[in-house]
Amino acid sequence: MNLCRLKNLKGISTVLAVGILWLLAGDAFGAETASATGVTGGYGPAPDLKPSDYPQVAGVNSRVTIWIVAQLHLWFAAFVLAVPIFVFIIEAIGMRTRDKRYDDMAYEFIKVSITAYSLTAIMGGLLLFCLVLFYPDLFRYMSVIFKDSMFYYALLFFAESAVLYIYYYGWHWLQGGFRKWVHLTLGLLLNAVGTTLMLLANAWLTFMMSPAGVDPAGVFSGDAWAAIHNFLWNPINIHRFIANIAYGGSIVGAYAAFKFLTASGAQEKAHYDWMGYNANFIAICALLPLPFAGYYLAAEIYAYSQQMGITLMGGLFAWLFIIQAVLIGTLFLSANYYLWCGMGRSDGAKRYYKYIKYIAIVLIGAFLVWFTPHTLVLTNEELKALGGPYHKYLGPLGIMPAKNTAVNLMILFTALSFMFYRRANKVATVGWVKAGNAIQVALFTTGILNIFFLGVYHGYFTNTVYKVAASIPQVLTTLIVIVASVVIDSFMYRRSQEAGPLHWGRVPPRSQYALFLLAVSFTWLMGLMGYIRSGIRQHWHILDIMRDNSPDAFTPTLGYAANVVSLATILFMAMVIFVFWLSQVSGSKTLPDGYWKE
Amino acid sequence: MRQFLMVVAFTLLTVGLFAGYSNFGIPQIEPAQPPKQEKIDLGAMTMDKFIALGEKIFNGKGTCTLCHNNLGRAPMLGGTAGLVPKRLVDPRYKGEATNVEEYLIESFVKPSAFVVAGFGKKGTNDTVSPMPDVSAGSIRLNDAEIKAVVAYLQDSGGAEVTVKIPTDAPEQTEQTEGEPRAPFETPEQAIAELGCGACHKVATEEGEVGPDLTKIGGLRDKAYLRQAILDPNADITEGFEKDQMPPDYGAQMYAQELEMMVDYLAGLK
Repeated sequence: MNLCRLKNLKGISTVLAVGILWLLAGDAFGAETASATGVTGGYGPAPDLKPSDYPQVAGVNSRVTIWIVAQLHLWFAAFVLAVPIFVFIIEAIGMRTRDKRYDDMAYEFIKVSITAYSLTAIMGGLLLFCLVLFYPDLFRYMSVIFKDSMFYYALLFFAESAVLYIYYYGWHWLQGGFRKWVHLTLGLLLNAVGTTLMLLANAWLTFMMSPAGVDPAGVFSGDAWAAIHNFLWNPINIHRFIANIAYGGSIVGAYAAFKFLTASGAQEKAHYDWMGYNANFIAICALLPLPFAGYYLAAEIYAYSQQMGITLMGGLFAWLFIIQAVLIGTLFLSANYYLWCGMGRSDGAKRYYKYIKYIAIVLIGAFLVWFTPHTLVLTNEELKALGGPYHKYLGPLGIMPAKNTAVNLMILFTALSFMFYRRANKVATVGWVKAGNAIQVALFTTGILNIFFLGVYHGYFTNTVYKVAASIPQVLTTLIVIVASVVIDSFMYRRSQEAGPLHWGRVPPRSQYALFLLAVSFTWLMGLMGYIRSGIRQHWHILDIMRDNSPDAFTPTLGYAANVVSLATILFMAMVIFVFWLSQVSGSKTLPDGYWKE
Repeated sequence: MRQFLMVVAFTLLTVGLFAGYSNFGIPQIEPAQPPKQEKIDLGAMTMDKFIALGEKIFNGKGTCTLCHNNLGRAPMLGGTAGLVPKRLVDPRYKGEATNVEEYLIESFVKPSAFVVAGFGKKGTNDTVSPMPDVSAGSIRLNDAEIKAVVAYLQDSGGAEVTVKIPTDAPEQTEQTEGEPRAPFETPEQAIAELGCGACHKVATEEGEVGPDLTKIGGLRDKAYLRQAILDPNADITEGFEKDQMPPDYGAQMYAQELEMMVDYLAGLK
């Protein structure tokens, strides 16, 4: 534990030292440029940089260095911000049910994140250092505009650390009665501070995409709130909040899987199986609404800048969404596969086995549709045989209505998998079981038909402008079907009987690899989407305000980006495995016979 | 230890598969280099060259074709010049222009002065245009560039070209995509570089998706051939479908290359 604390202090001191230096430098720059341009009460304009304004270090690629460090910081930050959210919820569940297993699990989750917190701070400090070193003018300009929020960010970081330490180290001290309530309140406070930190950091990056509070030349009006509350701030906030929870769940799931595979006894296996199940449950719950948040973000990007929207979905980056389809398909398939394996824990699950193959068929079919590119790369002969670049019937599978249909069906059938899993060990006792089941079947059937109809109609019978119109009614259909079915299910199984004892730990080892697949795919996907979010600004540090004139201003190819993301993922996973190992070591004791004086 | 190594191997395999697919499973498109400053000598420019410059900006730096294309995102601009007199007296018109030239310039810098029905921002009842001001932001056309595009639109719309080539700014700047390439020296080089042979039978190429061009000069005149390159959907040869030929060849060629190709094709008899 002392090791953790030491690392944290190092990270914090790095952040603060460099940060304060640059806040001061930022102020100096602001005063200088304001006086140079004669702007009263404002700062700017944004500097017009030359390639020589970007310091180069021999043998180091500035952009790749910043890219990897920023990505590592983001992964760790996403994890350490997400874990306290569901730790808080699990602790509250434990308090309500008085089931100590929940409290123990919440403690173990936060224990994993505490070491990751140190690494987050170290990566944050390193990122700041790299920005100052490689992109000094950009950082100076940003620190002029956001000097207040950067200062409060540093203070909040202290507050976050203090609350986290009290929350973690005081876990066993603040037990029972009023003390437990105090502990839970600390959890709430931890989340409030953590979320505020994320919102502030999001403001800086979204300002670079949709600058506000500055004029077209980059002269800052002095209205810091306008710069923070820029057009894309809230869409990113929502998307990141949900994605962080899904990501945190997947990483903790990988931890549980690792512990399950290395567990020696049946009891230990059962514990980590239960923990893995809960982590996967959290990941899936957040994964289901994530595509909707993604669509909202993309729509807002398009609304802010039609050009940026078209670059995102119709230009070079269009092929990236085919890679994304592979990744998301992998996420859904691995999450479902884990659930199906998990049904082996229950003797009553046999009733639902026969449906799994149909769910698998739908998921793979939907995956293939999502995976279909709009424009195929064809040889001359293939083009001739096809009669043009687009097939008459299969061509529309490459556009949005078909993709929307596919993803909505994937979400619906994943929800169905989960409902089967949930029912597997239960026998309903209410008198209206048949009617309830019939309503649920009707709901799913109508919903699927509606999603299909909307997809086919908008895919084949409308022109380009109206093709995205299917998305909102399809999403609403999916949400209505899932919410209504879950509500019916919860009433139907309220006083249910158990089909038999649940055998935690009775799952094949390969099911744990599904959890690893989930974590690795999530990590890689986040890296890829980070590339596109940043890449759609193209040769602008701050869109339309401050141009990137560095030697690395060009947009890299997808293959190049994928290689950088892969390297960063391997580094991150190595660090995560180190974190897992540390948490294992911290619980081990060696008794060195004869070493100490009696 | 065995489990640990298996987890490591599984992680590396997963990452390797994703990276491999991204490198070898999808086409590697080399994105254009960021736009670069280029000097234009307006003093030595003829009106034909000025119109050609406008066309180049329309298809390139101006990014007009991102939306003004046949996908229906924004109105097609081919005949806009002819529609201006009606728009100027339309009750929905909120601008101050009095003629075609002023209207076109105004529509570039104040796109909401008149929004074509059905193309306004969602929820604004066609009162606000989604188009950005092309003199600002990332497009940032200067006055000379805007006038060049106006000249191009007037010319391509069949209207009288009223724009005067600016003479008060002998050195304007234009941004182009990366280093300007050297012009193609022969029609055969242009055909090879532009990939015409992928679809057409022409020169030494044997494409079969588009019309056979080996005797095209005996069937079509130069004006038709020029139009066929600049606007491939304007007239479709019987037996072939629309939208097969990329509409941006005009943007990919210099003006003298276009004329070289037209002359070459007209000579194939």
